[in-house]
Amino acid sequence: MPERITVLNPMGFAPKVTRREPAPRLPTLDGRTVYLVDCRFDDSDVFLGQMQAWFARHLPGVRTVVKPISSVYLKDDPATWEEIQARGHAAIVGVGH
Amino acid sequence: MTIEARYGVPTVALHTDKFDRVVRAVAAQNGMAELRQAFVPQPVMGKTARELRAYVDGKDPITKRPVMQEVIEGLTRPVGADEGSPVEYDRSTPRLVAPDTEENLHRLFLESHWTDTLPIVLPTEERVAAMLAATRRRPDEVVGHMRPTHFRESWEYTVEKVAVNAVMAGAAPRYFPVILALAATGVSARGSSSSSLATMAVVNGPVRDEIEMNSGTGALGPYNHANATIGRAYGLLSQNLQGGSVPGLTYMGSMGNNYAYNSVTFAENQERSPWEPFHVQHGFKPNDSAVSVFTGCRSTAFTLGLREKYWREHVRNLLRGLDPHTPPVLLLDPITAWQFVDRGGFLKKDALIDWLYETATMAAGEYWDYQLVQNYIYPRATFGEEPWASQLKAAPDELIPMFRREDIHVVVVGGETNGYWRIMGSTYQTTTSVDDWR
Repeated sequence: MPERITVLNPMGFAPKVTRREPAPRLPTLDGRTVYLVDCRFDDSDVFLGQMQAWFARHLPGVRTVVKPISSVYLKDDPATWEEIQARGHAAIVGVGH
Repeated sequence: MTIEARYGVPTVALHTDKFDRVVRAVAAQNGMAELRQAFVPQPVMGKTARELRAYVDGKDPITKRPVMQEVIEGLTRPVGADEGSPVEYDRSTPRLVAPDTEENLHRLFLESHWTDTLPIVLPTEERVAAMLAATRRRPDEVVGHMRPTHFRESWEYTVEKVAVNAVMAGAAPRYFPVILALAATGVSARGSSSSSLATMAVVNGPVRDEIEMNSGTGALGPYNHANATIGRAYGLLSQNLQGGSVPGLTYMGSMGNNYAYNSVTFAENQERSPWEPFHVQHGFKPNDSAVSVFTGCRSTAFTLGLREKYWREHVRNLLRGLDPHTPPVLLLDPITAWQFVDRGGFLKKDALIDWLYETATMAAGEYWDYQLVQNYIYPRATFGEEPWASQLKAAPDELIPMFRREDIHVVVVGGETNGYWRIMGSTYQTTTSVDDWR
């Protein structure tokens, strides 16, 4: 019978996770402003332009605003988030990978 | 997640399908496992407006439902009773693995993605204790925090955890202060970027001789135990102490990178260099021992020596071959380092770096059109960050610097069997004391 040995676990220590409350959803998008947030990565602006066109064709009652983030996606952008909070009702962020 | 959780705005995040597992894991780690997400095919990059319209009109490749249906429902479907309850939970890591045979433990380590798939040394208590004896630091002392990429959570690790990974890599205990210093940088050698980056680690000072590192012939190759196992330990500790490096989940490098096997770890050949050692450039004394870390190692250009007539043009051609997002780090055999002194009169390393900065130029229109410049530099330029904001004003055919001067570096390494030299495209991160970890 081969000997059983004890070894140490090589993994680090994960942080605790605290669940966060999602924002309440909207009953409808009609008459609301939806921000299409361009994360400025890999031609996401072209993609969001097509999504904006889709809204215009299919849901003309929805106002859309394409909003590029201020800098690179690696940086927090409170000015943009505050604008969306103040002037928008919902956000679509893309295109991440 | 920030807009949703901190600003209370209902949000849908759009991703490409290859990142399905990654983004769900990241959302869960941020306490928002139920974050509304929708997916489109990869790639978005380089597609025409017409092709991207087809993505918008098409189906989510993960759920097989229309993309826009996912998006609209994501913003309007009420949050379920099981979503968002503020629960906190712990994810502890046991100190020991359940006792088993050596064969079964090797299989467990491999199947758990705790290795680089090459055979490892099992970290028994005796071996780990021997490693810990090589530092005055307490085993339970926290060394730092690390994560595979910007948006992921940072994991914490202690001196003992670093020792476990050092044993696995086959490192000798006397290498341990260098390995601890690498861990203390907090810079991961297992970055998750789809660009398949690797790190480079350059050791300076007396520790090089104390542990018999190689800075001469074959320094960047598999010919020296310290170079090989310190570099391997850096990779293993990164993947395990940051919470993993598993393709499709915590590693997304599309092609992968062979440099990652030992993180291009070597000692600088200070004795044969015409210039001050790298760590002295960064605030250390010559008798200090330190390790410097570079990230983003992907591209390499090389040539032999510096020819009398066209050496300037040849160097410029090498520089122009790099992607302008990733700056040049010249790795010079001493023969070529001295040729730069003889040909260019660069008695100081700074003078050489000045010349490299002035030589590496590109037409502005060409520069701004690079995809990585578009992704990472153009947004910063439009945000007003210099020097890029000013360079953005250049006419399309005006020559502008490819790199910031402070991002260009020079390291001397090699055994003078010839004057081959190379440029490693990589980004300097930090230099850390080894002596602090003895």
